[in-house]
Amino acid sequence: MATPVLDKVEKESAASPYITVTFRVRRFNPEVSDAVVWEDFQVEIDPKERVLDGLHKIKWDLDGTLTFRRSCAHGICGSDAMRINGKNRLACKTLIKDLNPEKPITIEPIKGLTVLKDLVVDMEPFFQAYRDVMPFLITKGNEPTRERKQSPEDRERFDDTTKCILCAACTSSCPVFWNDGQYFGPAAIVNAHRFIFDSRDEGGEQRLEILNDKDGVWRCRTTFNCTDACPRGIEITKAIQEVKRALITRRF
Amino acid sequence: MKIHKYDTVIVGAGGAGMRAAIEATKRSRTAVLTKLYPTRSHTGAAQGGMAAALANVEEDNWEWHTFDTVKGGDYLVDQDAAEILAKEAIDAVLDLEKMGLPFGRTPNGDIDQRRFGGHSRNHGEAPVRRACYSGDRTGHMILQTLYQNCIKEGVEFFNEFYVLDQLIVEVDGVKKSAGVVAYELATGEIHIFQAKAVVYASGGTGKFFKVTSNAHTLTGDGQAACYRRGLPLEDMEFFQFHPTGIWRMGILLTEGARGEGGILRNKDGERFMEKYAPVMKDLASRDVVSRSIYTEIREGRGCGPEGDHVYLDLTHLPPEQLDAKLPDITEFARTYLGIEPYTDPIPIQPTAHYAMGGIPTNVEGEVLSDNTTVVPGLYAAGEVACVSVHGANRLGTNSLLDINVFGRRAGIAAAEYSHKHDFVELPENPEAMVVAQIENLRNSTGTERVADLRRELQETMDANVMVFRTEQTIKTAVEKIAELRERYKNVSIQDKGKRFNTDLLEAVELGNLLELAEVMAVSALARKESRGGHYREDYPNRDDVNFMRHTMAYREVGEDGSETVRLDYKPVVTTRYQPMERKY
Repeated sequence: MATPVLDKVEKESAASPYITVTFRVRRFNPEVSDAVVWEDFQVEIDPKERVLDGLHKIKWDLDGTLTFRRSCAHGICGSDAMRINGKNRLACKTLIKDLNPEKPITIEPIKGLTVLKDLVVDMEPFFQAYRDVMPFLITKGNEPTRERKQSPEDRERFDDTTKCILCAACTSSCPVFWNDGQYFGPAAIVNAHRFIFDSRDEGGEQRLEILNDKDGVWRCRTTFNCTDACPRGIEITKAIQEVKRALITRRF
Repeated sequence: MKIHKYDTVIVGAGGAGMRAAIEATKRSRTAVLTKLYPTRSHTGAAQGGMAAALANVEEDNWEWHTFDTVKGGDYLVDQDAAEILAKEAIDAVLDLEKMGLPFGRTPNGDIDQRRFGGHSRNHGEAPVRRACYSGDRTGHMILQTLYQNCIKEGVEFFNEFYVLDQLIVEVDGVKKSAGVVAYELATGEIHIFQAKAVVYASGGTGKFFKVTSNAHTLTGDGQAACYRRGLPLEDMEFFQFHPTGIWRMGILLTEGARGEGGILRNKDGERFMEKYAPVMKDLASRDVVSRSIYTEIREGRGCGPEGDHVYLDLTHLPPEQLDAKLPDITEFARTYLGIEPYTDPIPIQPTAHYAMGGIPTNVEGEVLSDNTTVVPGLYAAGEVACVSVHGANRLGTNSLLDINVFGRRAGIAAAEYSHKHDFVELPENPEAMVVAQIENLRNSTGTERVADLRRELQETMDANVMVFRTEQTIKTAVEKIAELRERYKNVSIQDKGKRFNTDLLEAVELGNLLELAEVMAVSALARKESRGGHYREDYPNRDDVNFMRHTMAYREVGEDGSETVRLDYKPVVTTRYQPMERKY
């Protein structure tokens, strides 16, 4: 085996894109202790990599007990919503270079849902609110033999809210939801909107009545946290406003 | 340990699993066991479309679609199954529309259709608009719509339950399914699900490659559970490499981008696909395009300082068209590469994408224990299964179709079976194998680490059994995998707890990947020809005389406990189409 030439080693190290970043992670494992602790990890990472890559480096090379959910790793499955430097983001859609890697990157579970272990929260209340708005097409009468017609304009009307991946970044960024877990939360309203404004749907009145509830759409204080948090770029606050307007005018 | 009893148990909650669940829940007491929350499944990452000869925008019919599927699969497709796929495609799309799926629309309000690779008018004359789509989010819309309809039907889900073992009991000389053993992530508890019928719909196994479009969770759990219990795996050497993954990351950029007019270019700006596929050009089948890309790269016409990728050029398309038809993939380019696709071409390379092979089934979704014998009460559908409608190479948009057509069929067949049959008695200590597996991993003091072995596996798979293969590279992979399997016995984990122990599950998943990688490599070594996604540089031609047959791989355990892969073969079902030379 040839000895590496010094020049080459230097050249490689000079070209190395890797930097050292501190990940400051909020740890909690009730099997071990009731206490929440913050733990720092030093990670060698290319700034073009994702926060999820950093978490994997920790889990795979430093501490196998670090626990988080993830699957697709490119912002489609909605598994890895977390608080990154205090903001709700998907770990797989947030690049290190966009976070000021000079300072420690703080990683916490999303808020307002019970933490079960490290970054894993209980998603059940979130999905229950989703189920409660009847998120499926409701129609009356006989089914047509071919497809239901829908003009491109009518299709476009609810396009934005079809993008939701149920990651809970919006709902768990909402101060109203933090204070009162009974509030349906932005994600459920977004998914109600998706059907209320679908020209094929005939269940709008039922859904509006559900959202007219004391824990419904009127709790929204338009802080825009949800819109800012949405990794799919859905104009959530606007969608909530449209639902409120539909409740007043009964036109949708 | 808890014991549950259901008529029908479905393993997996992606497209195939939920399509099956909607049917099975209407007909029988059904439980869906899924290691992910249903909407996290990888069906949601599919982008471009779902094929069906609706003929909404131009002349088309199911027979042309059948032909394209057979030809696309390089004649390894079972033609009876392909015909069912193409015929039932039309109702499959219409059913989804009625369930609420927001398809893209034509100006007069019908479901719009776009071009896709390998789909042609009149047996290869020209590309045809057959793919029904919703932007570049078709898989997302299918997954959401099916989940929404599962809620409507009251489907019972067990979320974050990992099925680790398939219970098979011999009754009067017949192997029957008795149920499954599952591990609950939240608690570490073992659950036995006794079921009259079990449907596997647990997806693919693409995580044994490094550059892959597959999710971290696609680890072949269903295939491995069945294989370990003596059931065969069919055509595992056939793996699809999608031509356009984001360079080095493997994130999928839909073929719909080329369907919308996108062009592949080498470092000289040349539209190189014109050389390899004069008629279909950039819309040739995926195996052809992926090989063409690597040929360009090998011959020194790749892009970038290392010449290791080519470009997907969308810059000639109007920004409004990109925004309307390809919003997600253009955003991926911006997010992960910092590239503006309006003005700059996107660096791409082929990415491991789809397993054509899997658990062998007939067209009713019934699992086979050899070339002809059905395992009563056991079903499979979707990527985990091999019907085989994809043969040696799947056409784009045929997988979203497959999960809907065969997911539905398997769900109905399983529920109806459960009406006519009683429970099979559970074996003694049904949990024994899983408990032993988990306790071994939890208590191991070995020195090998999961992440190291997985990295080495992925690297050898990328280097040796990807787009181009030879006897020598495959042998290298076989040897490396054997070494890794040996080292796996000495693997240990850090998390010894019961609660959300993903460290433990990653170790279990690695065991599945290693086992399936071995099956793939051994199957590939024996297939001394080139067909579809399996390209042997030492045997560059298709050999219909010796190899127009499906590979059936069985796990054999010697008296000394040693494991080997035994290969057998199964004839291809040919009805309408005799094999011809494949040109695009």
